Amino acid sequence: MTSNKRMSLRERYQKFTRDLAWEPSYQARSDIYPQTDYEGIHIHDWDKWEDPFRLTVDAYWKYQAEKERKLYSIIDAFAQNNGQLNVTDARYVNALKLFLTGVSPLEYAAHRGFAMAGRQFSGVGPQVACQMQSIDELRHAQTQIHTISQYNKYFNGFHDWRHMHDRVWYLSVPKSFFDDAMTAGPFEFLTAISFSFEYVLTNLLFMPFMSGAAYNGDMATVTFGFSAQSDESRHMTLGLEVVKFLLEQDERNVPIVQKWIDKWFWRGYRLLGLVAMMMDYMLPKRVMSWKEAWEMYFEQNGGALFDDLARYGIRMPKYWEVTVKEKERLSHEVWSIFYNYDHAAAFHSWLPDESEMEWLSAKYPDSFDRYYRPRYDYWQSLVDHGERWYNNTLPMLCQTCQIPMAFTEPDDPTTICYRSSEYRGVKYHFCSDGCKDIFDDEPEKFVQAWLPVHQIYQGNCGGASVPEVLEWYHLRDGQDNKDYLYSPDRANWLRWKGQAGAGADAHRAAVGE
Amino acid sequence: MAVNALYDYHGVPKDVEDNFHGNQLVYIGWDRHLMFCAPVCLPLPPDMPFGALVQEVLPGVYGSHPEWERIDWSGVEWTLEQQPFRPDMQQGLREQGIGHKSVIRFYAPGLDGIGGVAT
Repeated sequence: MTSNKRMSLRERYQKFTRDLAWEPSYQARSDIYPQTDYEGIHIHDWDKWEDPFRLTVDAYWKYQAEKERKLYSIIDAFAQNNGQLNVTDARYVNALKLFLTGVSPLEYAAHRGFAMAGRQFSGVGPQVACQMQSIDELRHAQTQIHTISQYNKYFNGFHDWRHMHDRVWYLSVPKSFFDDAMTAGPFEFLTAISFSFEYVLTNLLFMPFMSGAAYNGDMATVTFGFSAQSDESRHMTLGLEVVKFLLEQDERNVPIVQKWIDKWFWRGYRLLGLVAMMMDYMLPKRVMSWKEAWEMYFEQNGGALFDDLARYGIRMPKYWEVTVKEKERLSHEVWSIFYNYDHAAAFHSWLPDESEMEWLSAKYPDSFDRYYRPRYDYWQSLVDHGERWYNNTLPMLCQTCQIPMAFTEPDDPTTICYRSSEYRGVKYHFCSDGCKDIFDDEPEKFVQAWLPVHQIYQGNCGGASVPEVLEWYHLRDGQDNKDYLYSPDRANWLRWKGQAGAGADAHRAAVGE
Repeated sequence: MAVNALYDYHGVPKDVEDNFHGNQLVYIGWDRHLMFCAPVCLPLPPDMPFGALVQEVLPGVYGSHPEWERIDWSGVEWTLEQQPFRPDMQQGLREQGIGHKSVIRFYAPGLDGIGGVAT
């Protein structure tokens, strides 16, 4: 290996990657890489792929190992010092429950997805890039699970996140998002995950959770965030590289890539509805509003990105205007879903208190007091009488995003947006034009959607009653679900913080004793 | 091709009527009452009279709303698949064109939700 010392960084990377590019002698390339052509993408020169990883490959192993060591020593210290007691309020922990059940399994899915995509590219540059990202994603899944496991010792709802991800109704939203990407071809997968999600939207997933952790005293999650940050920026660079490579290789790729950007922007945006409600409702100490985040990270940064891509013939994703209209109401509509159906959820919901409503009113001057405060006031009046209200009938779901049909018409926040299509004699329903277009483009894919509500009615989820379904979800009624006000999490928290008396009084008042 | 695939691929629809044990799914939304965050999904016998849906099923769905009791059913405006619709209370659902996965909406004039703002 002495010769290695005289090679430049670039040459070493060349050895590490290009030397893997075997010329097959007795098998046809198309047999080895059967998925390269069917998506309609034309690649003329794989060597034009500029892997952003090439400049950091040498330091990669050393840095990753160092980050791991640092992370695990901080997690140890966090556990020894009962760090979970330093968060702002036990309500915060529900954001982590959402993260562990909804996001961490996607990290693992990304690990699988990149491994599969990498296998299918006949160019060695993208093969290596995908393989390296696959390793990163596995590390993220592992470190998140380890970091959050400390909370599992003290709070409910963390105990069977992997099982829940496959079964619980709202978790079908992130699950089906990634399943959709993984069952697409390798080029669509990269456009979906590397570009549309990691590059365009990741700041809206990562920033809210990690800054939310920092603002709310959750040092364990903050540390994980730092540990993943350098990976995320590398993944973002890859996302942009992928799209530019596809666009530069052949102009016939342009309309295909545009269609994927349109689809995956909308899929990602709908998924981020969960983040919107987390930012505006679940953080006791708020970082910024969903509306502000959308303006900064999508309207400004995203706008500049698409200005850049205009020279390739790429325009802003379809229906971006709708997302701007929805920013005034998205988080409120999604939180309402969970307030309605929290008896079947793995985290607690609650009504915003007066100071929180003032914050919401200030951040959403055009919508909050007018449309949403009256609803919370009414629900509060029921709570005051010891009758916390739940919706006892299962909701209609969107066939594409699988979210309950809670979104309103782009130009009318008082009317539900209904869209539908008919395919092979069966009706299908959607929450938006964006979701309808995605279905209409590939109905044979989306007719197979596993919609939780329909599955319950078909008898595939443990039974027809709520207790039976909860058991099938592995949710413990009265512990993991329902309003925070009556939860063991809250009672424990008040006891740990030396406010048990106040808590018991409030509880008795709340249940009308 | 109706899906981008390696071969002529056909998906198996998960929600055909046969899968619902003799029932059909019907979606119902009460306009301007978004305290119920979304329309509901109900498995109903296709021969259930529309009147039974209104008198026996819907109170269990929407009866918790303070405006429910004030609905004047003779003045309610209905739609079926987003088109104006005049239900026959005696007739079965299927007989009057309400099929599997049909969408029914209703609006009671004058009742615009708590505070008049669609809650």
